[in-house]
Amino acid sequence: MNKTILRTEQLKAFYVLDVLGNQKVVKAVNGVDLEIRENEIYGITGESGCGKTTLLKALVAAIEPPLRLMGGKVYYRVNSEEVDVSSLSAEDRRRLRWEYVSYVPQGSMSVLNPVMKLKETYRDFIVSHVSGKTREAAFEIAKRHITELGLPRKILDAYPHQLSGGMRQRVTIALAALLKPRIIIADEPTTALDVVVQRGVVQLLKDIQEKLKNTIILVTHDMGVQANIADRIGIMYAGKMVEEATTEEIFGDPLHPYTRYLINSLPKFGDKTIRESVPGSPPSLINLPSGCPFHPRCPYVSGICTKQMPSFIDLHTHHKVACWLVGEGEDGEAS
Amino acid sequence: MRVLRDLFKDYRFALSFCVLCMLLILATLSAFSPYDPTLWMVVPRDLKPSWTNLLGTDSNGQDVFWQATFAVRNSLIISVIAGTVSRVIAVLIGMVAGYRGRGTDRVLMFISDSLLVIPLFLIIVMMAMLVRDKMNLVTLGLLLAFFGWAWDARVIRSLILSLREREFTQTAILSGTGTLRLVLNEYMPYATPLVFSTLINNMAWAIGLEITLAILGLVNMNIPTLGTMLYWAINYQAILLGRWWWVLTPVTLSVLLFVALYWLSVGISEYLDPRTRIQRVGAQ
Amino acid sequence: MEKLLEVHHLTKVFSLGSMISRIRITATDNVSFYIKPAEIFALAGESGCGKTTAARMILGFEEPTSGAIVHEGKRDAKNEKVWFTEGIQAIFQDPFATFNPLRTVDRYFFETIQNYKLARNKKEAIGLIAQKLKAIGLSYEEFSGKYPSEFSGGQLQRISIARALLTNPTLLIADEPVSMVDASLRMSIVNLLKTLKEEFGMSVLYITHDLATAYYVSDRIAIMFRGNIVEMGVVEKVLMHPKHPYTRLLRESIPEADPKKRWDKTVTLADIEYEEYLRAGCRFAGRCPLVMDMCKQEVPADVYVDDVFVKCHLYSGTEETLDDEVS
Repeated sequence: MNKTILRTEQLKAFYVLDVLGNQKVVKAVNGVDLEIRENEIYGITGESGCGKTTLLKALVAAIEPPLRLMGGKVYYRVNSEEVDVSSLSAEDRRRLRWEYVSYVPQGSMSVLNPVMKLKETYRDFIVSHVSGKTREAAFEIAKRHITELGLPRKILDAYPHQLSGGMRQRVTIALAALLKPRIIIADEPTTALDVVVQRGVVQLLKDIQEKLKNTIILVTHDMGVQANIADRIGIMYAGKMVEEATTEEIFGDPLHPYTRYLINSLPKFGDKTIRESVPGSPPSLINLPSGCPFHPRCPYVSGICTKQMPSFIDLHTHHKVACWLVGEGEDGEAS
Repeated sequence: MRVLRDLFKDYRFALSFCVLCMLLILATLSAFSPYDPTLWMVVPRDLKPSWTNLLGTDSNGQDVFWQATFAVRNSLIISVIAGTVSRVIAVLIGMVAGYRGRGTDRVLMFISDSLLVIPLFLIIVMMAMLVRDKMNLVTLGLLLAFFGWAWDARVIRSLILSLREREFTQTAILSGTGTLRLVLNEYMPYATPLVFSTLINNMAWAIGLEITLAILGLVNMNIPTLGTMLYWAINYQAILLGRWWWVLTPVTLSVLLFVALYWLSVGISEYLDPRTRIQRVGAQ
Repeated sequence: MEKLLEVHHLTKVFSLGSMISRIRITATDNVSFYIKPAEIFALAGESGCGKTTAARMILGFEEPTSGAIVHEGKRDAKNEKVWFTEGIQAIFQDPFATFNPLRTVDRYFFETIQNYKLARNKKEAIGLIAQKLKAIGLSYEEFSGKYPSEFSGGQLQRISIARALLTNPTLLIADEPVSMVDASLRMSIVNLLKTLKEEFGMSVLYITHDLATAYYVSDRIAIMFRGNIVEMGVVEKVLMHPKHPYTRLLRESIPEADPKKRWDKTVTLADIEYEEYLRAGCRFAGRCPLVMDMCKQEVPADVYVDDVFVKCHLYSGTEETLDDEVS
């Protein structure tokens, strides 16, 4: 088993908003325990508004008001040592980003400067993070990097608006991998892209991971993409992780009722039988239900589910679930 | 109201609101003035400030304090007329041009651009000279309004242009809504904050222009405004003769008015823009 | 009535650029199809393939450069817009953009009822709204007086469908209705479209790039590529036994929600999109794995193979070539 490269302990991050005199607290990340290893692709899935993007922001320590870190810790393993991210100085944190962790945010095609040719953007990056490189040397590095990843060289001479959406996305991902970071975090890289272009983007991520043997954290709600590329998947619901296992186990043997609904609702080719989606609607992160946040929509709800939040426990073979039905043995049967 | 309470958290808004209230009270005091502002020699001339004449008297034989109350009142009336009428014109033209597009848009924008490009000052001076004797508060206000709508008409037009492409416009069309109702119901909520903040800016602009015209002697000198007070003071060499109370009063009142209006406008626009609002609130 | 909606040789050409260098892009090129009553017809393809443009022309938001749209046997008439939009309604991709965020959602419902004179007084109007809301699973109390931001994406999309149902349309144009909705809530909306067809006999023009839901919900499907329809027919045949190389590429590229079925081959993507629009001959020739010489010069003819319409040189000469129908 590979070593852990990123670990969180009961991470809590809330948005504190003051809207016209009322204070509202959005519990976007509500006690998350993660353990992400080297040389793997880890997928995070959940509905929109479940806190995925906030979790990513907390992981890269990009926390700005109105978002506040309310508790818990984030540990990185840098050079075989565990480092607490909040203990780093601002300068160290800046170096951490892009060289150790790089973050490809949602809609990241707009990250590219529209008035600069791509080669200028790449050069700027290299020059600002790697000292002692002349501009020509930086250009050579960029060219080599692009061709290694199978992208055509001529795109470096183009402006962002001249490229298609899929190409822009791939260029941004290539930029994220430029400094060979140990962790690449991609937030919904394939949303708003067509199926064929999506395939190209996912391929690129796979190629990068195979080449650099690093970790990729992929956040997307598209289960098909997760099935294709992820090694392990974590299911997030209302700010908490509710299930985590290898991809095969998530699809073959989902344990948490939410995961089971999710897997069973996906349409498959050759099968026109009726599929049901998850009943009800996602909870508001401002007024979370008591106990387990899924209990209002859960068909197997029992007394304890409304009172206490189940803990995220490890069953056999590193399959983790947070549900009173499974494990803990108290109420209900293990299914 | 919660909105007011939040607005008051910004010290600039709070301060300017108080100053404006004071100025408004000053303006209403003009109804109680013991002296008729258009008459001369109602009090002894050039007296320093004392308990009988709070801010002294001027060379025309008028009490400066009571003159100032009328001045503030009239300047405010001119600016309110100028501001509101020009908003109405700007909104109408901007919305029609933005929604109709093509030919109508081009014609209306041509007119609007001409008003922006032509040196306004010369035209206003010319018109003021022509109608000087017949000018009163309302006509001056309307004159300023006529030249004050062009810029904001364009701003509103671009707002409408972008809203027209949004999907809720299509939903409204599919709901069978006609053009006029659509523009009023769907787009006005977006335009209102814009109109409100530009109203205040326009008012400040109108006061400034009025003062300029008055100092040049181009308005009806019998009606006391902040500008005409300054005109008479300069005319009678008040600065050289050391009659500071006569010059300082309109100058201070004008500065207070400008700063108050500016801060009010800034405070409101920052409050309305959700991004800056979160910044202000987050810092508390 | 045989055909509810017919589209004949619909073409839309956009000119981009300034007076010095103009590029003319044919967004929708000679597109013909028909929709039967009580049928879900899918129009599928990548973004920018012309499907949304076709929908906008049918709704009257865009003027066709040439071609005809025939609804219930009547040709479109510019001054008969109100009639047109009563029988045809639409829902759009982003539920939060569909409604003005500064107005309450029920305002649109009341306006629709007033403009089409669907009720005589407020009480009747509320009754009608409550009835349509029931069809989508929402109560009037939960809905009244709320702003769009107070609903979830899935709920708002269903509300958008309810608004479209107010005029009892015979055709609902759904432009990517589930692409912005979470995977867990998609099925509820898609199942709702199925129910509308089965219970109310409504037809749906389902525009999407998600072939999985298209397979699940539609009866017939047309695959569009860069403005042309390249394959059209019963969805079972088109998606399970694709004939056109582009359909095959699409079918293979769909990520199956099954870790045992992963992609093995790699795919080449177009770098500069609009170049493909300007090709002579078949527009897919640049990326087609089975490309022949004549593909680059001649536009393929429209052929029927096994009851499926295909536009590809691989099939011309195998079955009968059919002239386009003109009613």
